[in-house]
Amino acid sequence: MPEVPVKLTAKDFRSDQEVRWCPGCGDFAILSAIQSFMPELGIARENITFVSGIGCSSRFPYYLNTYGMHSIHGRAPAIATGLAVSRPDLSVWVVSGDGDALSIGGNHLIHALRRNVNLKILLFNNRIYGLTKGQCSPTSEFGKVTKSTPVGSRDTPFNPIALALGAEASFVARTVDSDRKHLHSVLRAAAAHQGSAFIEIYQNCAIFNDGAFDVLKDPASRDSVLVRLEHGKPITFGASGEKCVVREPRGFGLEVADTANVPRSEIIVHDETVEGPAYAFTLSRLSDSDLSNTPIGVFRRVGRPTYESMVAEQNASARAGNANATPDELLSELLHSGNTWTLG
Amino acid sequence: MAKQIQHLDRVAIRFAGDSGDGMQLTGDRFASETAILGNDLSTLPNYPAEIRAPSGSLHGVSSFQVHFAAHDVLTPGDSPDVLVAMNPAALRANIADLPPNAEIIVNTDEFTPRNLEKVGYTSNPLENDSLDGYTVHRVPLTTATIAALADLDVSKKDAERAKNMFALGLLSWMYSRSTEGTVEFLKQKFAKKPKLAAANVAAFQAGWNYGETTEDFAVRYEVKPAQLAPGTYRSVNGNTALAYGLAAAGLRAHLPVFLGAYPITPASEILHELSAFKRFGVTTFQAEDEIAAVGSALGASYGGGLGVTSTSGPGLALKTETLGLAVMLELPLVVVNVQRAGPSTGLPTKTEQSDLNIALFGRHGEAPLAVIAARSPADCFYAAVEAARIALTYRMPVILLSDGYLANGSEPWLLPDPADLPDLQVEFATEPNGPDGKFLPYLHDPHTLARPWAVPGTPGLEHRVGGLEKADGTGAVSYVPADHDLMMRLRAARVEAIDVPDLEVEDPSGDARVLVLGWGSTYGPIGAACRKLRERGVSIAQAHLRHIAPMPKNVGAVLAGYDRVVIPEMNLGQLAHVVRERYLVDTVSYNKVNGQPFTSAELETVLEEVVRNA
Repeated sequence: MPEVPVKLTAKDFRSDQEVRWCPGCGDFAILSAIQSFMPELGIARENITFVSGIGCSSRFPYYLNTYGMHSIHGRAPAIATGLAVSRPDLSVWVVSGDGDALSIGGNHLIHALRRNVNLKILLFNNRIYGLTKGQCSPTSEFGKVTKSTPVGSRDTPFNPIALALGAEASFVARTVDSDRKHLHSVLRAAAAHQGSAFIEIYQNCAIFNDGAFDVLKDPASRDSVLVRLEHGKPITFGASGEKCVVREPRGFGLEVADTANVPRSEIIVHDETVEGPAYAFTLSRLSDSDLSNTPIGVFRRVGRPTYESMVAEQNASARAGNANATPDELLSELLHSGNTWTLG
Repeated sequence: MAKQIQHLDRVAIRFAGDSGDGMQLTGDRFASETAILGNDLSTLPNYPAEIRAPSGSLHGVSSFQVHFAAHDVLTPGDSPDVLVAMNPAALRANIADLPPNAEIIVNTDEFTPRNLEKVGYTSNPLENDSLDGYTVHRVPLTTATIAALADLDVSKKDAERAKNMFALGLLSWMYSRSTEGTVEFLKQKFAKKPKLAAANVAAFQAGWNYGETTEDFAVRYEVKPAQLAPGTYRSVNGNTALAYGLAAAGLRAHLPVFLGAYPITPASEILHELSAFKRFGVTTFQAEDEIAAVGSALGASYGGGLGVTSTSGPGLALKTETLGLAVMLELPLVVVNVQRAGPSTGLPTKTEQSDLNIALFGRHGEAPLAVIAARSPADCFYAAVEAARIALTYRMPVILLSDGYLANGSEPWLLPDPADLPDLQVEFATEPNGPDGKFLPYLHDPHTLARPWAVPGTPGLEHRVGGLEKADGTGAVSYVPADHDLMMRLRAARVEAIDVPDLEVEDPSGDARVLVLGWGSTYGPIGAACRKLRERGVSIAQAHLRHIAPMPKNVGAVLAGYDRVVIPEMNLGQLAHVVRERYLVDTVSYNKVNGQPFTSAELETVLEEVVRNA
């Protein structure tokens, strides 16, 4: 990818469109964080494309002065796959929401992840349908009362991190809309990753699910519930690190323990690069949808060839020996290959 | 003894047997030798929907028909003049299609009580009078093959399996086909198994000698070469030709071709063919579903490639929302629909033309796009090039309609000179086009009504596109009533702005009062019916639509020139509906929806009646 000739700033990534989200929407914070992060990529604006589906979050591309497509509900990963495979020179980002990515578009998400297409997939999770005015989503808590579930939802929610891991994602992370520093750190790691990067961003919907993630943001509570994952460091949390993550005595999972009661050597040291997905999966299950013990940061980051690089390799090897052929010569070769006969 | 030689103008032969009998290979070999001899021909396979049907059963019968002649051939033939029946099931499944006096070659070895019972014969048709009126050649194909291979080192099973080559040898003798090609073919096919190669060659030659020496076969036939244009030919079915056409379009456009596809009968072969064309600039992507298939193709088009998706009816239904987006985005996209009999799963391996309505109208909102249809297997090549031309020039999705009959039918194709195909090169936008140095992604060309194609990676032209309604020119999201009204009318005008050639009418006598109007794969049977009528002095005019959206400009005037317009369709009147609505012409429909193509004989009868009553 070509170097950027001039140093860009956040302002360069603002489009001329008026931003139309509700006051207090978490999308503002994410937009601003991404606009301020983009210059760090060192990629010229024209080589960046944002593709979105439908929903509040999917208005995102309109507000970024890059190439962009606001597509149809759930299909952004499929469209972005076609773009990324045919244009591996581009930096392709997908912006989606919990309904878009996990409900109507669930199939495309899991297949993009298992193929390891070089897409940076941002899932804005507000646990509600906002644009359609407040129905429960596939990440809404069990029993949630919404317009479509007046006496409580009977649907068990998805855990998006666990889902992505089950779909063979090579990079899986979670962050929070209001924590710009953390958001930037996760975006940085995702951008550096070759292959699908899946980032769940907890995002506040001020109108239909306000305060859904307050427990993770309130200075009074956040330290006791946020588990900040840092590669190579023991997983402890709480105001003074009084809680930690250890192996379950029985079974294959992880659990939270009091740091004081555990030998230092038994505290799990976070390793994003563990080859098998089981470790990251058990980490993702530390929190329930009540947000107790919520890990944020990079769960998994493993190297695997990208889909488009392997496709390009097959194409290049098929084209070996015809580098100088003109299109018409190639066409002639194609037409005359195999069984032909000549009359007259 | 000297055999009598009889000259024929045309013959249709059907090879029929069990799925495991190798009838497709046998028929295909016969067709290849026939083509090299210079006959014109057309072939049609017919195989069971089940992958491995029970052996010897009626629904396990597989057949291959080849129609060849000393003149040009338009169809695979209504009914076979010769049936090769490898077992009782093959006889039973095909006997109703035979005209009186047809020749039947049966493998007597398979007419055992058990096999007869399997297909419901209560007595052996070879021993009762049920085959009176046909010329039946009773050949012990299996035992004769085993005997011929007795000195070779092959198992009895392998020897038995070579019986199709015995049959091919016999037919090759009967119709004076050369043997060298098949011998060479068998040697190559079994290059790694020389014993099998030897066995198959021996069986093939034994079949030939059987004809030469057995008194049962007193007559040998000759069909003189047709007057075909000189040049290099290959045999193609519709799917193969379509795949070649798509690759050719990419090369003529100097653009990479991206095919997003999901497996579906009878379109999968296009995916298979194109996946082998990496060398020619084609990338294929087997998507997770039909929606992702078209989505990925649209993504590739957005990136500056020729995005293509191939499918059949149920798949087209799933793609419709994305087609609406493609209409809004005004990007090139080729959608190939190899129609099959519907609705729902319908008859997946049978043919129909029942997707014209969904192609023309099957989207929410008003989302007009271009629709074209292929008329013969080889024509699928040119139809694909034309679909790409429209998509690239006018920046819109194009639905190309083929069908199961074209997909599976084969004919010789005179290879074109690449330079004779249209130049499809496009110009991407590279500079701002607005008055104040801004880029206007929806500024439309006054002639083509196409918008600039500015692909990601182009500096200074960063812009956003999407499914929301937009303002003309800037492409900015707009909820202004007048903008929506303008864009709705503009999208309709864009289709009408496509430059398409006039509809041509074939009316050799010049005094026809009845016009038969068709589209798609009915071209062959309609043409053959018209030819027969004219041979009998009946005047009839024929016109066949390539472009259905937009219609050629002269269609109204053409229709107005006849007392009666007949529209035969393999649906319940979809084109007729469009023509009646658009041109206020009281058309006569002839419809067939049994999963089978028209026969030229039935159309001849129908058309003659209309002419008589006109």
